[in-house]
Amino acid sequence: MNYFLAQLVNGITLGGMYALIALGYTMVYGVLLMINFAHSEMFMSGAYIGLGTLLLLSNAGTQNAICKVLPFLSFFKSLRSFFTGSTVGLIIMFIIILAVSAVLVGCLGMLTERFAYRPLRHAPRLAPLISALGVSIFLQNAFLLWIAPNKPFNLPAVVAKAAIVDLSGKNLSLGITPLRIIIVATSVILLIVLDLFIARTRVGKAMRATSQDQDAAGLMGINVNSVIALTFFIGPALGGIAGVFSGAYYGTVTYNMGFMPGIKSFTAAVIGGIGNLRGAMLGGFMLGLIESLSQAYISASYKDVITFVILIVILIFRPGGLLGSSVVEKV
Amino acid sequence: MADEIKDMMTPAYDKKKKKEPSHTRKHSKTSTIMLAVLVLVLILVPFVFAATSQEIYTRILTIIGLYLILALGLNILVGYAGQLDFGRIAFYAAGAYAGMIIGLIVANALPAQFAGLSFIVAILAGVAGAALLGGILSLAVLRLRGDYLTIVTLGFAEIIRVSAQNNILHLTGGAAGIPTAGKNLPMPIGLAWLQKNLYIPLGNSNYSISFSANIYWYLLILLFVIIAIIITRRQENSRTGRAWAALKDDDVAARAMGINTTKTKTSAIMMSAIWGGVAGALFAYVQGMVSPETFAFFGSILVLAIVVIGGMGSTKGVIIGAIIIYGTPELIRAFAGPSGLPFIMWQLPLSQNVVATIANYRNLVLGLLMVVMMAWRPDGIIPMVRPKRFLTTEAQKKIEGSAGDSTVDPNSASASAVPAEEDLVKAGDAA
Repeated sequence: MNYFLAQLVNGITLGGMYALIALGYTMVYGVLLMINFAHSEMFMSGAYIGLGTLLLLSNAGTQNAICKVLPFLSFFKSLRSFFTGSTVGLIIMFIIILAVSAVLVGCLGMLTERFAYRPLRHAPRLAPLISALGVSIFLQNAFLLWIAPNKPFNLPAVVAKAAIVDLSGKNLSLGITPLRIIIVATSVILLIVLDLFIARTRVGKAMRATSQDQDAAGLMGINVNSVIALTFFIGPALGGIAGVFSGAYYGTVTYNMGFMPGIKSFTAAVIGGIGNLRGAMLGGFMLGLIESLSQAYISASYKDVITFVILIVILIFRPGGLLGSSVVEKV
Repeated sequence: MADEIKDMMTPAYDKKKKKEPSHTRKHSKTSTIMLAVLVLVLILVPFVFAATSQEIYTRILTIIGLYLILALGLNILVGYAGQLDFGRIAFYAAGAYAGMIIGLIVANALPAQFAGLSFIVAILAGVAGAALLGGILSLAVLRLRGDYLTIVTLGFAEIIRVSAQNNILHLTGGAAGIPTAGKNLPMPIGLAWLQKNLYIPLGNSNYSISFSANIYWYLLILLFVIIAIIITRRQENSRTGRAWAALKDDDVAARAMGINTTKTKTSAIMMSAIWGGVAGALFAYVQGMVSPETFAFFGSILVLAIVVIGGMGSTKGVIIGAIIIYGTPELIRAFAGPSGLPFIMWQLPLSQNVVATIANYRNLVLGLLMVVMMAWRPDGIIPMVRPKRFLTTEAQKKIEGSAGDSTVDPNSASASAVPAEEDLVKAGDAA
């Protein structure tokens, strides 16, 4: 029983991350009807940026070249000792890491949209998909070649020095660690905020209008370009946060870490009904649970296969997903 | 009005066979001769490589050929039918594993003197395996919008790779691959005889013409490349090919024109799957073994890049794409390696670091190229030629001038690009 409950906790944690990434896929699909293959690289960049910020803010980074260059080290030193000295400091540092990573990855997402997708808005459907794949390959290799040449950053060694381990190391029962609580809580809060944002605010309304009909929304005085740009900020920002979580949770950051979570989160978005925000959250948590349970009870080596089989079965029998309406081809 | 006519004329395919002007026929004759010369050169070139002991170039050409077959198959799906496939390597894997497993069984079952025939069975098995996968895939995508196909194909590729890695049903040999150490594929039929009897020393020099397994597979793959080019080109211009083109442009309009889009999509998937199977089975025999790491996701991207960068739907483009994407890094590595430039054997003064850097940056450049190409040159290096005929301004003037006049001189139309009878019809409409 305890084993089962521990697997549940595991699954919910995974599900929180999947849900965050899935939101990015589902928002972009809702607005542009396009699968953003580069989204998994937003997740990866988020992890790298989070790691970089961690190195900058914590003592662990003193050997880091960036920190050596910084001229105002004395001020920085006191700041660092504050961040790593107390629990409050740690929590503030974690929030700063999340914020920096979200903003930078959001900007990266907007850049991608501006240069890779906007020129193709009226091109045939294949073009933006290929372009997205190109962005994905480019980002992966850029990180591989320029930022992490040939070897993955190893987060645990850094984390141990940064004492973030205090957040993840205190074991409550059933493997409920503070880090897991943070992951799930942050995901759920962000999902609720996003849902309210889309449903209640004027900008959210503009977003919904754009996803229904771009031309008509433009005629109603909505700046379609900026709405799309905002979509490409929010989605990747959430993906970036998920990347930081994943880095802290698994302890490693590699250039190709985005591929599997990317496809799985897309599956989650499809399970919930692509284009549907609440569907993406539901799908994310479902997929996390399915994955951790099938890993525990069916086969660890086939856990990825099980995800893909679920994806294919859902696409065959219920292409609209659980919460989505049936997929109708547009005329 | 002129615009209307232009609009109506845009997809004007030839309704009847017309006599081509003499200069185009002459041109096609020279191009036939050029092609024959090219094929002859391609047949002879491995012997030269062998004679100068630079067989590595034969290997490179063989690999380019394998990926060319794979890309020509993908071209059917992406270029002709407009369906995107991100998991092409799945068909390659299905063909390779099916070919290898069946080939080994057949080789064991046949008496020793016929065991060399097993690769023919293996190619058929590869085709069957890939076609089976294609069948499942088309079942999965029948009810879906086009872009779901991409993610489903990606999922299929991963399912196959992970299953192969985990030695599913004890058939695939796990991460080490098959055949297991100690077991070997039998020599293909005729190779031993050719090796023994085809040996011509060239005078007193150290050079000689001889035959090897590399040349055998190279020639076989060259044969399959030629067959694939001929068949896919013929299909492009067939009734099915036109249906694919219609599906690519607008599936709703295609349905309105009476095209069974489900059947058309399935036929495109199956036809392209078959070439994947052929390439896979050939790969299994050329390599002598198959293992899962060959079939990683990036393989699919490279094949897609061949088609996209070369030119979707254009056979020449795909050939150029295969040479650029698969040839360039291998060639640079070979030039800098001990065998040097072909025939001259002069080694390029590149350090191993430079070579490795070039190989590393290939993928980065590929990604960037895919983005840039989509924005500025979406049709690839050599764009696909589609039958299109626009009214020239001269012809427009003629139609407008002769509106209502039913006695248009049919010969005058031959100066423009418009067939005479259509000229008449349009003139009638205009009146």
